Amino acid sequence: MSDSYEVPISIKMKRIGELIVQDKRLDGRGLLDYREIKVETGMIEKANGSALVSLGNTKILTGVKVETGTPFPDTPEEGVLTVNAELVPLASPSFEAGPPREESIELARVVDRGIRESKALDSKKLCIVPGKLVFIVFVDIYVLDHDGNLFDASALASMLALTTAKMREFEVKDGAIVYKDGFVPLPINNHAFEVTMAKIGDKLIVDPSLEEESAVDTQITIAVDDEGNICATQKSKIGVFKPTEIVEAVKIAQTKAAEIREKVLGGL
Amino acid sequence: MSKTKSEKLINEKGLRVDGRKFDELRPIKIEVGTLERANGSAYIEWGKNKILAAVYGPREVHPRHLALPDRTLFRCRYHMAPFSTEERKNPAPSRREIELSKVIREAVEPSIFTELFPRTGIDVFIEVLESEGGTRCAGITATSLALADAGIPLKDLIVACAAGKVDGQIVLDLDEVEDQKGQADLPVAISLRTGEITLLQMDGIMSAEEYEKALNLAIEGCGRVHEMQREALKKKYAMEEEGAEKEGEDEVTSE
Repeated sequence: MSDSYEVPISIKMKRIGELIVQDKRLDGRGLLDYREIKVETGMIEKANGSALVSLGNTKILTGVKVETGTPFPDTPEEGVLTVNAELVPLASPSFEAGPPREESIELARVVDRGIRESKALDSKKLCIVPGKLVFIVFVDIYVLDHDGNLFDASALASMLALTTAKMREFEVKDGAIVYKDGFVPLPINNHAFEVTMAKIGDKLIVDPSLEEESAVDTQITIAVDDEGNICATQKSKIGVFKPTEIVEAVKIAQTKAAEIREKVLGGL
Repeated sequence: MSKTKSEKLINEKGLRVDGRKFDELRPIKIEVGTLERANGSAYIEWGKNKILAAVYGPREVHPRHLALPDRTLFRCRYHMAPFSTEERKNPAPSRREIELSKVIREAVEPSIFTELFPRTGIDVFIEVLESEGGTRCAGITATSLALADAGIPLKDLIVACAAGKVDGQIVLDLDEVEDQKGQADLPVAISLRTGEITLLQMDGIMSAEEYEKALNLAIEGCGRVHEMQREALKKKYAMEEEGAEKEGEDEVTSE
């Protein structure tokens, strides 16, 4: 189980709780402050798109690969989005090699939900021959350094890798795909940014660090699109929220997602 | 969710595909103690969903090193039968089932006095025999009853219900068609005694206002399902003169 992997130092956990009551955090941040966000894109040349996101000490590398394949029977005219997350053993003493566990599956599925439901990727434009051939967009999340809040960092890295990805220009001739020389961006219509809030006592904090994650009661991740709509939610961890706290979390997520959007998309 | 919205899911009279009103639940039938060998069990029919939940424990933990010194190890397996879906489902646990097992565990565990049974394990097995959308909510509702049936001390029954957005309207308890073609689905599990939400997920697109409206509607739905949960427990356990403790139940919806 996830909470037995990281050994929390109980004295620190106590201190985190005491500080939060005074609206303070161990690393000096305000309750609703993110750690420093650093982004870099396009460093993996063999990938169609890539992004390295640092959220404080958390580091996530996401690579996008575009391949062709057959569509799902129920969506013959749409391309396919596949999100996978690897908790690579070099990222934390608690990560082990082997088949994906529920933590990495949850991470991938929550990131997937934000991208999919916001319709960030225009899957209709990824159709080559209806029912036969479509583009499959693989988003592979690689956790390189785990210092908490993998959801937001992974969602951001994935969104940026997709936004900056380039695919070969193509045309369809006699029901087959013919590649041209140039490159075009992926069809991106919208962006989803995920904001994770943790609850300690009756306070909500944004972007919990690993130390804070060991002290929190529970947490919620909310994905917000360009229009400020909510496009995915996941409560994670044991623990409970009051309905009023959820409403508050939605508002915080809208504000914070807008801030992240401005910061990262402005620089591209 | 939300592939195309060409078909109408709500007609001119405001009725949904299966004839329900926007705030109407599907018919629900609950039975407690369905299985013989399990320490506790429950069966729920929620629309066409047919789900069994069984509880084993508190019992010795296998493998042993997983046992916790200060509380019980609560584990949960949500699984769909191969014949429960339109196309046969591969019986190996899918990524969806693994995620649902996790969130269901996290939804139910807050209601258990886990510290009463250190070094033991409590295992929940949820088998979806037939699915029609909303299986996680039905599964949670049944699981909590199965735990009660096993005699495990609980702080409250956890009850779950979803709301969502279909044809631009906020509706209660989405069925399979609405889940696939609607715009959003928001499942909620709650302990009504304390008003604490133990599961919250959402996929789809809603504004903040719609989100709050859907959340409140889902909680209202939970209230109605909770009455049926209590009735099901009473049916198995109440002594003859049970009328005494009925306080203000103005409606017990359907069977």
